[in-house]
Amino acid sequence: MKDVVIEVNSLTKTFKIPTESSNGIKQKTINYIKGKKGYREFTPLKNISFDIKKGEFFGIVGKNGSGKSTLLKSIAQIYSPTEGSVRVNGSLVPFIELGVGFNPELTGRENVFLNGALLGFSHKEMELMYDDIVEFSELADFMEEKLKNYSSGMQVRLAFSVAIKARGDILMLDEVLAVGDAAFQQKCFDYFEKVKRSNQTVVFVTHDMNAVRRFCSRAMYIENGTIKHIGSPQEIADIYTEVNMDAVTSAEEESHDDSVSMSVDIPSKKNFTQEDSIDIGVTVDGIAEDVFVNISFVYGGFVFADRNCRDTPSDFIQNNRRVNFNQSLDGFNPGKYDIHISLHRRADDGVIKHLPRAFSFIITGKDDFRDGPMRIMGKWSVKKRG
Amino acid sequence: MYIMKWLEVFNRKNRILLRELVITDFKLRYQGSALGYVWSVLKPLFLFSILYVVFDKFLGVGRNIEHFPVYLLLGIILWNFFVEATNQGLNSIVGRGDLLRKINFPKYIVVISGTVSSLINLLFNMIVVLLFVLVNGVQLSWMSLLIVPLIIELYIFALGVAFFLSALNVKSRDTGYLWEVFTQAAFYATPVIYPMQMVSQKSSFAVDLLFLNPVAQIIQDSRYVLITKDTMIMWNRLSPLMMSVPFLAIAIVVLFAVWYFKKQSKTFAEEI
Repeated sequence: MKDVVIEVNSLTKTFKIPTESSNGIKQKTINYIKGKKGYREFTPLKNISFDIKKGEFFGIVGKNGSGKSTLLKSIAQIYSPTEGSVRVNGSLVPFIELGVGFNPELTGRENVFLNGALLGFSHKEMELMYDDIVEFSELADFMEEKLKNYSSGMQVRLAFSVAIKARGDILMLDEVLAVGDAAFQQKCFDYFEKVKRSNQTVVFVTHDMNAVRRFCSRAMYIENGTIKHIGSPQEIADIYTEVNMDAVTSAEEESHDDSVSMSVDIPSKKNFTQEDSIDIGVTVDGIAEDVFVNISFVYGGFVFADRNCRDTPSDFIQNNRRVNFNQSLDGFNPGKYDIHISLHRRADDGVIKHLPRAFSFIITGKDDFRDGPMRIMGKWSVKKRG
Repeated sequence: MYIMKWLEVFNRKNRILLRELVITDFKLRYQGSALGYVWSVLKPLFLFSILYVVFDKFLGVGRNIEHFPVYLLLGIILWNFFVEATNQGLNSIVGRGDLLRKINFPKYIVVISGTVSSLINLLFNMIVVLLFVLVNGVQLSWMSLLIVPLIIELYIFALGVAFFLSALNVKSRDTGYLWEVFTQAAFYATPVIYPMQMVSQKSSFAVDLLFLNPVAQIIQDSRYVLITKDTMIMWNRLSPLMMSVPFLAIAIVVLFAVWYFKKQSKTFAEEI
């Protein structure tokens, strides 16, 4: 295959982690005499094989400690493989652990050139890229200042700009979505969109499944140092959200009145399609007052829809009934959602009970053009010009 | 094949990096000081003044050696270069740990750049030495040009030691302290501040022994070719076999250091 730019072949990486601080001669000698190894072995990558082709925007996802960063560093040839091999065709520009170590005593400009030299670019080549880098970083006024006078956000922005504007063949990005303020992030996203359409190869490690869906052309899910699945960003994002959801246990109930008890019936399954609907039942005991149930939907950590359900049937407690809430899902985009449920006094809206993440679920669908929770269902049509 | 691989050390990318690192190092060395680079020349100048006053006016050591203050100055400058270059090398890898964990680049370039900075400093110092050589009216000859291969020999030795120490320092941070103690001891085991003649009055065997130290051979030879024929050198004392010892020692140190560095450098990023 001529288009393969990164070839990882049965890669295994084992670290020796010192058990006690055995960086000194004393401890080493003691360990040697006692016949202790002085370290334990840790294998974050086990027999990993995959290829990345030219022009791919390749996503790597996995939980914390799954081996993503070790894999990225192995591809970047910062770590050498214990077994197996990594072959890279072309020049590689890494952006790992939020940037390349800049020197605080040098000016922004000097740091850019030093950084370039570390990446293998000559002074002349860097001069050609320099304006582009400065423009992207929006730091033109600060380039002659020493880096120690930069804010940490500015430093990261500069490092990131060097990484993406340096004309390497392969760009490697680790957790970049934490870079900069909202405006700069938006700028990066726009840039990624552009990169996605270009022929640039990108390897991209992230926890943000929206980013995976938006930018990646292919993705890989790794768990405990082995590849669980390689496939479309859609598949991988769905697998990842599902796996992650199992790990999150629902949070504890907050109670503002212990004499009242609220129990919630949630669906037994967690996977839904856009054709399904969900049913949530609420039973309340120990209160005679009129109450209502509030249900809010959470996506990506934020409440995006909060239904202050003053229309909750008012007499369900008095009649000793369960109140039921049914929501059809055709207005939602595929993704992972949580539901918060709370119980309020109708007289003054006061909270009696609050149950965060009472229910978490996933909606899967084939819709590729999606971003955010709301499904845009507008229809196109062609009409006669007015 | 093997030679081709060795030449790769100086390929385009590595030259670029080496140049950039050396320039950076020089920029940083005298940062925040008003006189800046002038210090590279001022330091040996002041050193000479001190040596002149202490040894020539007060102690009267080395009266029987012509141009003794310049003789001392050259020895101290060469010795200081050796200590500085090895210390720069020693800290070069550990000092850039942050960088090593984020990007892959040829590690040996970092060690070389540290020693090259010291070498440039040595060249500045040599200008001062030359100045005093001329002021003192030393007769220079073609033979004085031998100082160039001698400095190259010293540089190669320092570079070899630097490679070994930089890799060892990653394994164990005791290396820096041990090396400091070692160089302190070696300073007195090398004829830097005392003339060799002082030793030969006590024991001729001790002189032969001292000459097996490559730095001693280099310092004495440098003084001989540049300053005064009063300098004792090994060439008219030792047997040919013994004479090869300093050179063999350098060769062994360099080969072992390069082998060890190459072996260890694969895991620098994870061990730092």
